[in-house]
Order: sequence, then C-alpha cells, then structure tokens
Amino acid sequence: MKLAIFVVSVLFLYNPVSAIAMEIKIGVLRIDYPALLPISRFDLKPDDLGFAGGVLANKDNQTTGAFLGIEFSVTYVTTSPEEVIIAFDTLLADKIDLIVLMAESDDLLKLADRVGDAALVVNAIARDTSLRDDQCRANVIHIAPSQAMIADAVTQFAMWKRWKRWFLIHGSNPKDHELRDAYRRSAKKFGARIVEEREFEDIGGSRRTDTGHVLVQRQIPVFTQNAKDHDVVIAADASNVFGLYLPFHTWNPRPVLGSGGLRPVTFHPSHEAWGATQYQRRFEKLSGRYLQEADYEVWLALRVIGEAVIRINSSSPEKLRDYILSDAFELAAFKGRKVTFRSWNGQMRQPVILTDSKITISVSPQEGYLHRRSALDTLGLDEPETACTEFKKRGDL
Amino acid sequence: MKILTAILSYALLSALPAFANKIYVSNEKSNTVTVIQSDTWEVVKEFDAGNRPRGIGISPDGAHLYICASDDDTIRVFDAHTYEALWTLPSGPDPELFVLHPTGNPLYVSNEDDNLVTVVDTIKRTIIAEIPVGVEPEGMALSPDNRFVVNTSETTNMAHFISTDDYKIKHNVLVDQRPRYARYSDDGSILFVSSEIGGTISVIDTTQQAGPKLTAKIGFQVAGVEPEWLQPVGMRVTSDNKWLFVALGPANRVAVIDVEKFEVVDYILVGQRVWQLAFTPGQKYLITTNGNSNDVTIIDVDAQKAIKSVQVGQQPWGVVVAPD
Repeated sequence: MKLAIFVVSVLFLYNPVSAIAMEIKIGVLRIDYPALLPISRFDLKPDDLGFAGGVLANKDNQTTGAFLGIEFSVTYVTTSPEEVIIAFDTLLADKIDLIVLMAESDDLLKLADRVGDAALVVNAIARDTSLRDDQCRANVIHIAPSQAMIADAVTQFAMWKRWKRWFLIHGSNPKDHELRDAYRRSAKKFGARIVEEREFEDIGGSRRTDTGHVLVQRQIPVFTQNAKDHDVVIAADASNVFGLYLPFHTWNPRPVLGSGGLRPVTFHPSHEAWGATQYQRRFEKLSGRYLQEADYEVWLALRVIGEAVIRINSSSPEKLRDYILSDAFELAAFKGRKVTFRSWNGQMRQPVILTDSKITISVSPQEGYLHRRSALDTLGLDEPETACTEFKKRGDL
Repeated sequence: MKILTAILSYALLSALPAFANKIYVSNEKSNTVTVIQSDTWEVVKEFDAGNRPRGIGISPDGAHLYICASDDDTIRVFDAHTYEALWTLPSGPDPELFVLHPTGNPLYVSNEDDNLVTVVDTIKRTIIAEIPVGVEPEGMALSPDNRFVVNTSETTNMAHFISTDDYKIKHNVLVDQRPRYARYSDDGSILFVSSEIGGTISVIDTTQQAGPKLTAKIGFQVAGVEPEWLQPVGMRVTSDNKWLFVALGPANRVAVIDVEKFEVVDYILVGQRVWQLAFTPGQKYLITTNGNSNDVTIIDVDAQKAIKSVQVGQQPWGVVVAPD
C-alpha cells in the first residue's frame, strides 16, 4: 500500500502540469513625484496605482503559467525621485531583468541607459513623443501611447465630425507645450485649422476650493471671449490645471476635446465593449476600486512580458524583446483588436478610447483612416516620420 | 365536409414537424427570444427571456429551451412550445456559453468571472462539479464520444480538455489570442478553435495517441476589409466533414472552409457583426445571427449562398434550431 502511494506521488510530481520548469521575475518600479491634488476627486491617486493592474496581470500570467510549468513573480517598489537609483539597482541585484517603469521621461532614460542591454525596460506611463523619436532607446518598449498618438486620436474624431476649425487652449508648463505641439502637428497631418490659440497660465495654488466653481464660472467665459469663429475647443493641459473647467463655461457654446470634455484615454472604468466588462469586474474584485489608466498600462506591460514568455518559453530579456518586436507577437487587450509593437521605435500599437468620463463615446482610429500596414499606424509616429535609429541599428527592421 | 377539414388540418399539423422547425434566436439587447418558423421563415413569436440572453440551447427531445441570461447570473429554462418560463438552473455568475450532453443531462457551462467550468445536473438542478480553468473561460465543446468537454479561455489562450469521467484537465493546447468558440467535427477527429483577436482557426487533431495536437492554423483575407476586422467567432462543420462555416464578426461574412485542404474557398456576405451559427436538421440551411443589423441570414448550405434575411430583436447573439 505504501508503495502504491509512493508511486502516485512521484507521478504527481513529474506531471508536466504541476512541475515548475521556469521562473520569471519581474519588477515594477514606481517613482512618486511631489504633486498637487487633482481638480477632480475622481482622479485622486490611490496608493496601489498601477500596482493593482500588475497584481491582476500577474494572476493572469500565473494561471496560464501553471498549465505550462512557468512561475511568474512580481516585485513592486515605490521610490522618491532622489532614491530611484538605489531602488533600481536593488532590483537588478535581485536578478530581476524585466522591469516595468512608472516614471517621467528623464528618469526613464537615466535608468534605461544605466542598465543597457542587461535588462528589458518597459515604459508603462511616460507619453513624451521624444521617447519614440530622437530620444528612443533600443532596450525600452513603450506601453503608454505617445502624445502624438493621443492627439491623432482626438483629431481623427474631430475630422470625422467635420469640426475643422480649432480654438486651441494650452497650459504654460513645458509638458503643456509639448502636448500643444502634438496637436499642432496632428492638425496639420489631418487637415484641421487652428484659428485661435491661447495660453492658460499656471499660477500655482490649490485646484480645489470650496465653491471654486463660482469663480470658474466667471473666469472661463472671459478667458475664451472674442476668439475667431471655431467649431471646437481643443484643450492641451498635460499639467491638469484647467482642462476640466472648460466644458459648458466657454464663451461660445462649443464642444471641448482633449484634456477636458471628450478625453482620450487608454482605458476607462466604464468601458465595456469587447469583453471588457469581465476585465473590469476582475480588477474591481481584486482592488476594491475602479481602474485608472496607469493600472491598465501596467497590466498591459506585464501581460506583454507574460505572453512573450509563454509563447517562446524563454526568460532572456533580449529574446523576449526581439519576440515582442516581431510580427509574431500579438495580444488581446479588450479594445477590439490585437495590440502589437512598432519595430522602428518600440511603441505599442493600440486603439485610443474617447470618453466623456461616463461612457465610451468613440474609439480611434476612426473609420476611413487607412494605412498600408495597420490602421493603428495612423495614430502617432509612422516609420518614415520617426528620428529613432536605435532599432534600425539593432536590425529590428 | 367539416370532418374532412378536421382530418386535413390534423394531417397538416402532424406533418408540420417533419417540414418545419422552430428557430430560436436570443436577442442580447432587447432581452427577448425571437421564434422563426423554418418553412416560411416568418417570425411567429418574440418573448421575454431574462436580462441579456446570449448562449442558447435545446434539450434533445425539443421540450426545453435553455438560455444564459448573462446579467441575471442564471440559466433560464423555457417550455420550447408554450414559451412559458419554467425554472432556472444554477450557473455561477455571467454565464455565456454552454453545451448539453446528448442525453440532455448534464449541462457544461463556462463562468467567465470565476475562471470555472460548472457542470449542472439539469434534472436535479444542482451543481455537480466546478473545474478551475484558464482566465475568462468562454467556448465550450463536447466530443462526440462524450469523453471530453473542451473549454477555451480567452485570456489564457488555451483549449482545456476536461475528462467527463473525473472532471480533471487532461490536456492543454495553446492557441491564438482570445479563443471564442470550439467545435468538434461529427466524427470527433478534429477540434476547431476560433481565435477572435488572433484572427485564426486552430485545427487540433484529436486522434493522436500522445494527446490532442495543433496541426494547422487557418487565416482569412478579404479584399477591402481591414485584416484586424476578420474576427472568427461561431462555427459549424457539416456532418460529412467537408465544409466548415465560420462567422467572421465585424467583417460581416461567413467563411466557407474546405476541411480537407484547410483552405477558405468562399466568403458569404451576411448581416453586420455575424456571431453564432446553427444548422437546420439535415443541414439544408445555416442560420447566422447578425448583432448589428438586428437580423438573421439564412444560407443554403449546398449552394453556399445567402438566400434570405429575417428581422429579429435587438442585437441577436445565439441561435438554436428545434430537433425533428
């Protein structure tokens, strides 16, 4: 009898379903920058921002991994900008060479250059177009859409609506100017006309005060008065200072698109199409809150790594990178079509959701915008437009 | 004369089942089931079916209609003749697709929220077993010898082969992104799995000694349609194992595949967002549900031509035809 039990347990151990053949260790590093509270309470940053998406992705990866003998684990680290090098080096010392970064572009470049080819760096949230252009790095892939993709998503919808005359209002900080430039470029690309441009100055101070709306209701109409005839207001407010104040308060009754009104997002908790309801429910059950964009972006980052590991059965950052950039890679992402990567700059191709903050209003690319490779390449920098040569040098094209 | 009429009408009535079958279409948005008569292709009834009816099936004797009322987290059972709501079956949350054992019991259903396949006793109305599978289980198929129930998990991207004896997973086959639907050939030698986002049909040979083996992948191509919209969903294969019909979702077409060559030979234009398919008995006709045009298309199977479309409720999703 004892023998029989022994045989059974050996069989169980050697069952390919339960044996662990490979261990994959991933790090998610988040830099918490000092920031003012957002205009809306709905945009408060929870402590587990991004990480909650990671936990869900790792569960997804682990479930598949369990059937294949692959074990996934994720280390989550938060750090201040001052201590980021120590935090990053600690991950590397723990032999973690697949690292998802939630960082601004300067820090992202600093870390990517520090590790070089020894790790695959996944940019989860930084949207600077320059990271996909002259500042690209061969060891970095980008989950977050660039500002150029975001602007193109908005422009295509505006053009579909024939809202061609734009009143562009932008913020006064450098990142607002980058976003403004993305809209200028996008308008030119798709044939919209910027008839008026104004800067809304960031004078600091808190964004939420009791009865603050009274002041807003008086300020915004005056600020938007006497603009040339326009069909639509485009808000370029990367600093989140004024965009949400524009709808309903503009001097002329015009729709607002961009940083207020109809907003381009990677995901939104109300999005239900293409099976997203189940995804939202799984996230909410796990985290006890609604999903934010950063959660979706980190979820995607870990799913990209997980999917590549599962398909090629490798833990090598270089092999995974090459596979992710290849035509063979594809991933379902609850946005109706597969997401893939641009081999010329490491940018993920993905649809952009346009929301009024309550429901999905539309999804770009819009009908009729065609591309020889993929309609998704009508959003953002196309191969001939990018100044990125790092990928070409590595033979990815 | 009266007697003659009575006899005649009786003869007509009793002859009816041989010539006409009821077609039941679940309408996801209008929360109804539309009933169509297969000899006239006329809508004879539309009845309330619970919230968000999707997966639909019928008992082998044609008496009971089973409907996944997804938003009610239950499977509703209706009298297939009177359309009376009879009882519900425990299904777990958000049931979407199920398969019935050919005897009518048990029923195997996928629960997307809990990553489970649930086995339900349709007579005792109890849960027999819950089997943990991959993330977002969806497609369900039963092998013709009833030995395996297959589930596809949409995020894990696998077909799980579950033994119907001990309810344990015996094999896993990795397929392309978001496998939606699974269907065996009638002889049980092939399992077809459609991957909606991957845009392919995985052909799995189930006759191998070592276990099921992925042998081919079939892709699609239609001039003027973006490749990303060629999203295979519902499937039916003819009993002579010659033709596989595949609903291509937002491409508004049904692909016709030569099973011997694994090649697409034709694309039949149907309504918009074509989702699920069902044959009439004898496989003379194939019915397609078209979610965005609120109709069903009738395809003549031999001619491989669409012959008619019939308006139904809002966002038709699933379809089942009463047996003879």
